[in-house]
Amino acid sequence: MIAGTSMAGMMIATFAPAFSPTLPLGADYVRILPEIVLSGFGMIVMLLEPLLDEATGQKPLGRIALVGTLAGLAATWFMAQAPGLAFWNMVQVDKFSVFLHVLVIAIAAVVILSSYEYMAVQRIRAGEYYALILFGVVGMGLMSSAIELVLIFIALEISSISSYVLAGFRRHEAASAESSLKYFLLGSFATAFFLYGVALMFGATGSTNIGQISGTLQASAVPLLAYVAVAFLFVGLGFKVAAAPFHVWTPDVYEGAPAPIVGFMSTAPKAAAFAVLLRIVFVINLHAVFWVIWVSAALSMTLGNVGALVQNNVKRLLAYSSIAHAGYLLVAFAAAPQLGTSAAMFYTAAYAAMNLGAFAIVSHFSNAGERYVTLEDYEGLGRSSPLLAATLTIFLLSLIGIPMTGGFFAKFYVFSAAVNANLIWLTIIGVVNSGVGAYYYLRIIVMMYMREARKEVPVTPIPGALSVALAVCVAATLYLGIFPGSVLEYAQDSAQQLVRRALPKTPASAPVSTVSSTL
Amino acid sequence: MRTDDLSSIILTLVTFMPLAGGLLLMLLPRRDRDIRIFALVVSLLTFVLSLHLPVYFHRARAGFQYEIDRQWVSTPNIHYHMGVDGISLWLVLLTTFLTPLCVLISWKSIHERVKEFFILLLILETALIGVFTSLDLFLFYFFWEATLIPMALLIGIFGHERKVYAAIKFFMYTMIGSVFMLAAILWLYAHTGSFDFVTIRDRIASGAVPKFPAAAQLLFLGFFLAFAVKVPLFPFHTWLPDAHVEAPTAGSVLLAAVLLKMGTYGMLRFNLGLFPEQSRQNAWWVMTLALIGIIYGALVAMVQPNMKKLIAYSSVSHLGFVVLGIFSFTQAGLNGALFVMLAHGISTGALFMLAGILHERRHTYEISEFGGLASPMPVYAASYLVIVLASAGLPLLNGFIGEFLVLSGAFQAKAVYGILGATGIIWSAVYLLWMYQRVFYGKVTHPVNNSVSDLSGFEKMAIWPCAAAALVMGVAPILWLGAIDPAVRAALRPFAQVVSKLVGQ
Repeated sequence: MIAGTSMAGMMIATFAPAFSPTLPLGADYVRILPEIVLSGFGMIVMLLEPLLDEATGQKPLGRIALVGTLAGLAATWFMAQAPGLAFWNMVQVDKFSVFLHVLVIAIAAVVILSSYEYMAVQRIRAGEYYALILFGVVGMGLMSSAIELVLIFIALEISSISSYVLAGFRRHEAASAESSLKYFLLGSFATAFFLYGVALMFGATGSTNIGQISGTLQASAVPLLAYVAVAFLFVGLGFKVAAAPFHVWTPDVYEGAPAPIVGFMSTAPKAAAFAVLLRIVFVINLHAVFWVIWVSAALSMTLGNVGALVQNNVKRLLAYSSIAHAGYLLVAFAAAPQLGTSAAMFYTAAYAAMNLGAFAIVSHFSNAGERYVTLEDYEGLGRSSPLLAATLTIFLLSLIGIPMTGGFFAKFYVFSAAVNANLIWLTIIGVVNSGVGAYYYLRIIVMMYMREARKEVPVTPIPGALSVALAVCVAATLYLGIFPGSVLEYAQDSAQQLVRRALPKTPASAPVSTVSSTL
Repeated sequence: MRTDDLSSIILTLVTFMPLAGGLLLMLLPRRDRDIRIFALVVSLLTFVLSLHLPVYFHRARAGFQYEIDRQWVSTPNIHYHMGVDGISLWLVLLTTFLTPLCVLISWKSIHERVKEFFILLLILETALIGVFTSLDLFLFYFFWEATLIPMALLIGIFGHERKVYAAIKFFMYTMIGSVFMLAAILWLYAHTGSFDFVTIRDRIASGAVPKFPAAAQLLFLGFFLAFAVKVPLFPFHTWLPDAHVEAPTAGSVLLAAVLLKMGTYGMLRFNLGLFPEQSRQNAWWVMTLALIGIIYGALVAMVQPNMKKLIAYSSVSHLGFVVLGIFSFTQAGLNGALFVMLAHGISTGALFMLAGILHERRHTYEISEFGGLASPMPVYAASYLVIVLASAGLPLLNGFIGEFLVLSGAFQAKAVYGILGATGIIWSAVYLLWMYQRVFYGKVTHPVNNSVSDLSGFEKMAIWPCAAAALVMGVAPILWLGAIDPAVRAALRPFAQVVSKLVGQ
């Protein structure tokens, strides 16, 4: 990896003179304001950590981090007022990046809220936990607004490295160390693929700027090298979003990592990686990419769902479920650019709301040492704490895709986009999978409501911060399920911007016809 | 409020009244008596409101009435479009009529988690009414899926020994069946830009949908599979006996009386409405499956040692009649199919209530555990007899009218269908009367049955309205058929064109 970063540095050095040598403007800094604010708060947390008492200092640090995310959201508003390019065409602020900024920062806020109690119960005392979350969000935010492959790589590394460390935060548990190491080794391997892809793309087109790459590829015959490059890029990002066949790490890592962090890892970095994938897929509009995504989507949905059917550990079950959901999301990528992009954006938002909520409850319920994470532990929860059970039920129903929940519209839009692009078989694989997938979520509901508790599982009352986090998740899940219009329209607007820029000469319907002609 | 004003929002009121009641119920304290009374009041109020529908319904007019059409989501173009015609009108009323009776029949039998039970029941009612009133395909699918959860929970929480197995089986069968419908709906939207039933129907009829001929057969099957699982049509019926046997009484009642009708209603509205040509082409095997269902269901019912399972298989047989009538494409057949749907709802609903009453007293459904019950429970026995005869198709009771019409329609379509179907009536008399004889006549074989108490006040209030409805429907079917007939005529209009097209070739 060290070799990787220095290589990236060399690449920047080689073509930096091509850009105008003037200093960045003030507006440029506004366009990365959320990142600046979040990094600032992350550093404050790091600096204060040694000064505070180890036992009592956790709460203030967590609060500072929370304020940091709220300030980051406010900064996003300022960023949204200044759309355009920044830092020599490396960063682009558009509706798409604003959407993802809001999403990942909100995810971080919810995760921080649900971590307070978890940290106290698990006796994890480390301020850098909160700082790492903030730094991770900086990387993810940058991933969504960067249009320069090298910058994307750096952002990807920022987000990944903080995830690696966060996965290992239950230091006394072997499973957590295993999780962290596994994630680190496989993750660095995957990012190396990504970097290699960037290098090959540079070789094929002479540029690392997505817009320029797109222009070069559309202007002349596509060299074989570009295909190889795209394949490498897909391997790297496929790993990050846990899409099959690059999904094998997911259950082990999710099982060992701290539960709130699993909620974080399965939503925010994924959303950011999907954002990068969206930019790359639709901008570098190669036909071969379509089939790669088609196969990966079908495999992810099927392997994820089949794997989840036999799990007894809730964290592992949700890990397989997240593989399946990555598959549904990839269906949107295989579809037409505009509908697919907006469907994918809506999906990431809805998935974040329901999955974060589910993991918040899992982490609360697991108790000290994450003792209670098997399905049997959930027996009779409907009776012993009805509110907790009802809340978890809402999230699970949303993960199934039952009406009135965000998960329903998310799946609906994705499959709708797929049918529109005439991907009938992929749609059928998808809908059958979502039918089969209902089974394992239902198993948790069955445990909670239809079985009597066979052993004593202590359920502590829900603390204030966690209930705020849960309320946000429930409200978001239901809001997206009943009034999906506003979020979807925003996603459609941003998709239109993105696609119009990405495909300057081809009309929007052209990719549809190329796809349909092959089926 | 003037009646015109009320007419424009009546469907919304009727549909969402139970849901509002259910949500309010969540806030009430856990005092079981208050909760029961509240649920009863809400369901009765819904019933009274729903009476507005037939009273102000223009019977001679085909097409949808009490329509309301508002945009819900702009892209995709989803509308809150509701309306009823002579077909769905009565199904809505059937639902609102039976729900208060379900509350009554559960008054004493549900004594744990009372609050959850009635909340689920009321939510289920909203979803069921919504299925029958939606005219937007998306809205329809929305309500269709929404019925699943409360029903599965009712079975899974309040059911008997193998409740979890039955609940999951019910859920998975229906879920997997209906995802194919979702795919078909998405295809239709992709090629018409609309979810509106009427718009899509007219577009298809005028041939304005691109690529339609190539996809039509698959679309037909997509819809049909979802409905066939729900009906349930042979060979998709295996979830039904399990679900019925394990479900609590009120669950069985709504399951048999209303949930199954969602399937036949769907076939009538969507398969026939959107794909008349494909319905015609596929009718031969659909009718064959329906006939197998009629006969197989009846034969299996005959040998059941378990009363509830017997009634469940009798539903398979009766619903076979409905499908037979629908796919005969004749005026009589469709009128009859709808009438059987209503009659079966009333009489099978009542049969499940009666079986539940017995289970409460003896905690078993085994027919062999009973015998000679007529002497300790005379009122119960008399009520049971009326319902059994109605279900078996005795003239002057409701079962006869519908089955007669269906069979006459089937004869018009093809004589052999009518002949085979008619045997079903004989079988139903055999299994029902035989069951009745074993349970009620002769000496009391088990001494414990001597002390079984007769119907209580609540139970009478639940059973007698059903018996009265069975009688009125049998004597004066015109009250119902008057509204059904024009709607069916309109539904059959494309078939006349299909025939002329075929002849023209």
